[in-house]
Amino acid sequence: MMFYDHKINSRLLLGTAGYPSPEILSDAIIESQTEIITVSLRREGKAGASFRTLLNQVNKKFLPNTAGCHTVKEAVTTAQMARELFNTDWIKLEVIGNADTLQPDPFALVEAARILTQDGFKVFPYTTEDLIVGEKLLEAGCEVLMPWGAPIGSGQGLRNIEALRTMRAYFKNVPLIVDAGIGSPSQAAHAMEIGFDGILLNTAVAKAKDPILMAAAFRDAIVAGHHAYRAGIMEKRDMAYASTPIYGLADFN
Amino acid sequence: MSSWSVIGSGVTGLCVATMLSEYNEKVEVIESPDVKTASLLAGGMLAPFCEGESAPDIVVEYGMTAIEWWSNHVSSVKKTGTLVLAPARDTVELKNFASKTQSHTWVAPESLESDLSNRFSQGLFFPEEAHLDPRLSLKELRSTLIEKGVVFHTNKPSGKIVDCTGISAEKTLPNLRAVRGEMLIFESHDVSFSRSIRLLHPRFPCYLVPRHNGQFMLGATMVESHDGSSISAKALIEMLGSAYAIHPAFAEARLVETGTGLRPSFPNNVPEITYQDGCFFINGMYRHGFLLAPYMAQQFVKKL
Repeated sequence: MMFYDHKINSRLLLGTAGYPSPEILSDAIIESQTEIITVSLRREGKAGASFRTLLNQVNKKFLPNTAGCHTVKEAVTTAQMARELFNTDWIKLEVIGNADTLQPDPFALVEAARILTQDGFKVFPYTTEDLIVGEKLLEAGCEVLMPWGAPIGSGQGLRNIEALRTMRAYFKNVPLIVDAGIGSPSQAAHAMEIGFDGILLNTAVAKAKDPILMAAAFRDAIVAGHHAYRAGIMEKRDMAYASTPIYGLADFN
Repeated sequence: MSSWSVIGSGVTGLCVATMLSEYNEKVEVIESPDVKTASLLAGGMLAPFCEGESAPDIVVEYGMTAIEWWSNHVSSVKKTGTLVLAPARDTVELKNFASKTQSHTWVAPESLESDLSNRFSQGLFFPEEAHLDPRLSLKELRSTLIEKGVVFHTNKPSGKIVDCTGISAEKTLPNLRAVRGEMLIFESHDVSFSRSIRLLHPRFPCYLVPRHNGQFMLGATMVESHDGSSISAKALIEMLGSAYAIHPAFAEARLVETGTGLRPSFPNNVPEITYQDGCFFINGMYRHGFLLAPYMAQQFVKKL
């Protein structure tokens, strides 16, 4: 699997906010076998160096994000700062439309994506399942799309499964990552079963009673879901269908 | 009997000095008047069970002994428990909190704090918890030490060094990092509470601790940053919004003070006693200074 020019083996992308301690965070990252971790910096800024140093020690690829940005200008400035601080041209682009619902603002998102890709960024946009917004993002230069499963931190899973299936069918060759709203491993597995290429999550692991164990649970679920997708999942039937032959059974009458 | 120089007069330094003097050791305390002491901005909650939601076991295990220790040493400890609330649309947060903590009961919040009236239909009560006034308490520890002949000064240390300088020791202790916390104090005479109240929220949890003279301490943000500059507008908006959610009468409260402190923290957010270049270091209290300093001080004197 490729995200831009980068080959990845793990299809789990893990957020780094809200863990009980940096030590537990590091252990959870290691346990999850993720290769990509997202990091925010809107609030921490340059003064968050110690935390970044700790994150550096786990030796994963950084995907800095623009969490907390509400306008194109804020998002672009934050992305530029991220490039400087993390020495990467990857950016998870979030432009929030409403402070309570944390929905993406698709108009500002497309505009910011265009500015950033022209500036050489590899943009991972946090978007909705809307197909036309997805198209505009691709036109703007994005090569990955990250639709939400449900609102950030809600743990509701795939709130609009049929639309996500449509999105998968529509963008056949674009890497699609479900970003946000995943609460349990079964939800992550489900997204993988319907053909998504990866899962980005944070709260479900960070706020679990045992984040390290939960990281393992998501790791396994995502692998299982992806295997199932590749193996071909049977269609549902209305009736029972015996899996053993009914001819030649012994007649005891 | 040895002679000790405790460096730092925050909660850690004063607990260590108190413990040493109770073991009849000779102690002096070296202060730095220009340094912003994080302890003075603390909430002063002695709430080991609530903290247990995300804190390691040591906090829960040893936190309870802190309540006794502080009761025996200072006058402002109120053993009135903690009340945990959530706005109606976030009641699921209460269930989450209950499942991650112990020693609580479900209550009708109004039955404990009548001023809440019927604003919240349910809450979690942690009856064994307590709170104190950090500034009064540190003042009292200091006076008691001075009465016992402990000298506070700003000159060079003359005894064996116990460094309790919090985030100022960052350069010497490479694993120590700062976690920025923002708080404020306001005054309101329209509402009175007798226990600390925590308001759960998926993004902006906060706590409100009643102080004397109608004052309340409202805290605190947690930002992985070494930036000690004044409170951010966002923090102010979020925290005041939470206070307003607890009781709309706080809209007429008067702001007394805002503050920003840097919590000294190790990667596991657990304090440590270390020995390096001839000095002892007691550091890494994170957000549990008042809760863990007595225990850490005790561990230190036990080692001697």
